[in-house]
Amino acid sequence: MSSSATTRIVGAPVPRKEGADKLRGCARYVDDIAPEGAWHGLTVRSAIPRGIIRSIAFDPAIDWSQFAVVTAADIPGQNCIQLIVADQPCLAAGRVNHCEEAILLLAHPDKHKLREAAAGVRIDYDPLPPVFTIEESERQETIVWGEDNLLKSFLLEKGDVDSVWERAAHIVTGEYRTGAQEHLYIENQGMAAEYGAEGSVKVWGSMQCPYYVVRSLCRVFGLPEDKVRVIQTETGGAFGGKEDYPSVVGCHAALLAMKSGHPVKLIYDRMEDLASTTKRHPSRVRHRTALDRDGKLLAMEIDLATDGGAYSTLSSTVLSRATLHAPGPYLCPNVRVRARSWATNNVPYGAFRGFGAPQVIFAMERHMDEIAAALGFDPVELRRRNFLHHGDANATGQLMREPMILDQLLDRALKESGYYAKRTRFARENATSPIKRGMGMAAYYHGSGFTGSGEVYLNSLAGVDVTPNGKVRVLASNTEFGQGTNTILTQIAAEALGIGYEDVLMAAPDTGIVPNSGPTVASRTSMVVGRLIERASAGLVRLLREHAGLGERYTSAEFFLACERCRAVLGQVKSLCRYEPPPGISWDDETYHGAAYPAYAWAIQVAQVAVDTVTCSAEVEEFWAVQEVGRVIHPVLAAGQIEGGIAQGIGYALYEKVILENGRMANSQMTNYIMPTAEDVPPIHVYFEEIPYRYGGFGAKGLGELPHDGPAPAILNAIRDAAGVAINAIPLLPEELFAELVAHMPAGEPAAL
Amino acid sequence: MIAPGGLDAVLELLAREPGAWTPIAGGTELMVAFAAGRLAAPKLVSLWNIPALRFIETGAGSAAIGAASTFLDLRAHAVLAAKLPLLVKAASWIGSIANQSRATLGGNLVNGSPAADSSPALLVYDAEVELISVRGRRRIPYAEFHTGYKRNALATDELLYAVHLPCRFTRHKQYIRKVGARRAMAVAKAALAATALLRDGVVGEIRLAAASVAPVPTRLYQAEAALAGRPITRQTVQAAREALLAEVRPIDDIRSTAEYRRRVTANLLEEFLLELRREGSRP
Amino acid sequence: MNTDWQAIRFTVNGVSCTVHAPPMKRLLDVLREDLHLTGTKEGCGEGECGSCSVRMNGDLVNSCLVPVLQAEGAEIQTVEGLSLDGELSVLQEAFLQHGGAQCGICTPGMLMAAAQLLTRTPHPTTAEIREALAGNLCRCTGFMGIFASVAAAAEAQAAAPAAETARHAR
Repeated sequence: MSSSATTRIVGAPVPRKEGADKLRGCARYVDDIAPEGAWHGLTVRSAIPRGIIRSIAFDPAIDWSQFAVVTAADIPGQNCIQLIVADQPCLAAGRVNHCEEAILLLAHPDKHKLREAAAGVRIDYDPLPPVFTIEESERQETIVWGEDNLLKSFLLEKGDVDSVWERAAHIVTGEYRTGAQEHLYIENQGMAAEYGAEGSVKVWGSMQCPYYVVRSLCRVFGLPEDKVRVIQTETGGAFGGKEDYPSVVGCHAALLAMKSGHPVKLIYDRMEDLASTTKRHPSRVRHRTALDRDGKLLAMEIDLATDGGAYSTLSSTVLSRATLHAPGPYLCPNVRVRARSWATNNVPYGAFRGFGAPQVIFAMERHMDEIAAALGFDPVELRRRNFLHHGDANATGQLMREPMILDQLLDRALKESGYYAKRTRFARENATSPIKRGMGMAAYYHGSGFTGSGEVYLNSLAGVDVTPNGKVRVLASNTEFGQGTNTILTQIAAEALGIGYEDVLMAAPDTGIVPNSGPTVASRTSMVVGRLIERASAGLVRLLREHAGLGERYTSAEFFLACERCRAVLGQVKSLCRYEPPPGISWDDETYHGAAYPAYAWAIQVAQVAVDTVTCSAEVEEFWAVQEVGRVIHPVLAAGQIEGGIAQGIGYALYEKVILENGRMANSQMTNYIMPTAEDVPPIHVYFEEIPYRYGGFGAKGLGELPHDGPAPAILNAIRDAAGVAINAIPLLPEELFAELVAHMPAGEPAAL
Repeated sequence: MIAPGGLDAVLELLAREPGAWTPIAGGTELMVAFAAGRLAAPKLVSLWNIPALRFIETGAGSAAIGAASTFLDLRAHAVLAAKLPLLVKAASWIGSIANQSRATLGGNLVNGSPAADSSPALLVYDAEVELISVRGRRRIPYAEFHTGYKRNALATDELLYAVHLPCRFTRHKQYIRKVGARRAMAVAKAALAATALLRDGVVGEIRLAAASVAPVPTRLYQAEAALAGRPITRQTVQAAREALLAEVRPIDDIRSTAEYRRRVTANLLEEFLLELRREGSRP
Repeated sequence: MNTDWQAIRFTVNGVSCTVHAPPMKRLLDVLREDLHLTGTKEGCGEGECGSCSVRMNGDLVNSCLVPVLQAEGAEIQTVEGLSLDGELSVLQEAFLQHGGAQCGICTPGMLMAAAQLLTRTPHPTTAEIREALAGNLCRCTGFMGIFASVAAAAEAQAAAPAAETARHAR
């Protein structure tokens, strides 16, 4: 059991493990490595959203013998990217289902020759009618995927929703929409690959989940796992965007290496990355809610639809998490969530921080403010009245067994933000000011780790070993991409082993070295893998006591001396642990009933917003985030996760719009896909309340995704408070706010005189 | 690309092969086009590190700014900041510090974007531009420099040499505001600059100029006419808004909508007029 | 385009070098490919993200937008020139302590922008820090940790100014 007692290293702001290398500029990202004799790759992509490939012709003016050219016909194994459903080809064969779909690969020693060559590949198509929206797809007039366009559906039911409508004092309905969002990691996707003559593949590059890439490579090359090795290089941001997509880039690079006989680097440029890689799923959520006279929830009926894009990628699991988070942190006896993910001919959507939760929490938390307005309630009090408490059952019937302090978080958020005093002041000032200010909030939870039985299926293995030169290595396939995996896991190991932080290193993220401890996603690293490392470390100490006479108290030097005695006896000094679910947790995949997540992180976020009626733009002026994430392993890194997630959430709400024209991203540049700059992100105040979770690494729960869930509803609620307009769709750019605020007034009419 | 290193050498080159050479100064536009394979120009001649083009001279009644002066040069110049604050404010809007250290005033004008940050300020300051070639120099009002979308008055052998600004606006009420997608690193969706005198509550001399509402940066002569000689009342503000709406021709594009640009430009004008009425111009 | 390769001379981090390159080759590519200084990163290739920021003759520039011919004779400083003999500078140390770097890909450019700011404005306000870094996009930190790092570096630098000034001047 984890201890919440005093710790030396857990909870301390130790320096980020790989920090000094990053600050010196000597951390090696994939584009910084130059394998001997490497060629460069380029992907030739579909120009149309849907159609049959009629012919591929090569400009005779180009000497193609100097190029390696790969088509689907060159794939030695199966032509598919191995995720949940193997519907996505590695290279389009015969037909394309979205713009920018990879059709053909080129490699050449000189990367400057590639663009011209790509222009010399002429692909002719017979276009087929495309589908671009949820509405077009669910009409099922044009079938673009399977038999009915339906990638996945879920039904979650609690109580009897239909019995309630007649006796409800209030029924409030609403429809809420969210747009696509680009991860905009600053390092583009990229991979390098080598193909061994004896039929082995080695791939290294920018990624979250090395073992995902292994699985796809095995499938595409028809190789067993021991012939495939994947190594993560330093990764410049990911946010879910490097969960599934690197499998595509990795397979492509490896195919080019096979065909050319040289190592190949395949590095996307920004336009290619924006236009062709996954984004956050757009969504439409409809709420119908019954309440009694006192504003207590009686029933929630939620219809959820997402646009999955042209292939299923991770749409089903994103939809699952969305389904489970859709009813929010509220107690309601009757709940129905009907969720569907629809195929379209947009570029496939994929994993993105929050994984469906930001979409449904936007809907739920905007809807709570609309309910409050309809009932004449204070939005804060409406929420407080309906919060889940210890011992309550949530929408899946999971009893809230862990201590819960949502009310306490709310009180803290109100106090720190000066919520009520500001609302009063703004209401007074707004009457005479062209700037209208307002306050808005969001309350929610986010489940830590894989959903339902997911962690059991993952069956993660992780641990520690000791090198002959006196360092402990953490053995895990969980990767660092800025969020702090290296630091957190080595802190946990050092703490549990009773040695110094500097005595512990991360083993190279190389599938030839580290066991599969599962993907680095789903806010699972600190809680699930951290716990494995903690247990494995305790196991190593036991081993040293048993075989090497390690005493009750010891110094680092004594610890490593004991390790060498142990090595002499056992031949190695190593301790691995496999995942064990916390006791008393059960989940039914069929009925969607039970404990969807072993633990939840809880948050209240408050936004202060200014709406400028001259420019019809909204800006966040200040932001407060109060959260309970279990034990905070590293205060600076944890705050950094919250701040970064909020900044990304502010972008999601007010700035970042993926403009699709016939299924192609029209703003695939950093100059027109607008993320907030250093001048746009407001002061962000972060507060942690800590309740250690028994089954997380030193008490940690999930943290990384939580902050992205709340900003959009908090901000749009604040805009409603400021300007009196109820806006139910994001991103909310000034052009849309303009339409709400003034479009009904004659333009020649003075606005303010 | 070649870098002759001196102004005379550049002019001789342009005279020898008129139209063949495209000048490149800080490269903040042309290098983007080059990297994207969009650069049609076969030959580039560098204007970077040519001292004869990078100068700021301020006299009693005017200022002259060499075309290859960077926006950081402008921002760092105390006299410009005091006498021509709208131009210095506009300089701070250019991209980021790293862009401002390379992007030049001349490049901003020759590039000819309707959204150019420096243009509205130059228009309301009655700027002139000086063009140079081996044939000599000539000065024309800046308002006549842009002859159409991405077209200008330069002959094929000419360079933009300098921008001249009369420094006689210190008593004017001055206003400038840009509306972009974010606070920094933004292309103007709309921008308005204004200089005006208010005497006894009546608008005297007034100049208004906007970006991103027409194929070229534009003086708003109709709106000016609706205001000159009139007090600022609800009626005159309405008349000015209507005049402005009648003379701007913005477009829908990837960055914004025509309707938003029209209305917001009118709102900016109104904001300026309210400030003018409240604060007046200096006595 | 005149693509004839030319010999171009400049100094990088105090070391003079000569490269043979097409005049329009981006300074970014010269640093990374010819000089193997891969600390300077490419994020967008169009001067929007600032990952490729270096200092050239005392100015902050996006090296993706500098044709190498225009660097002839210039003094260039890259992230590799910030630390002295492997020891982190005050600025780098502040980034390490205050959460200024997460994934690290924007960090080299961010450090150069911050170094530029602190050279010109040793005691910056928050507004000045925000403006100075606005051309350097960071997707991880939400900028809060970076602002704190720069403010802490300014404070530490005030305590020991001489050494830092010397280092930045290199």
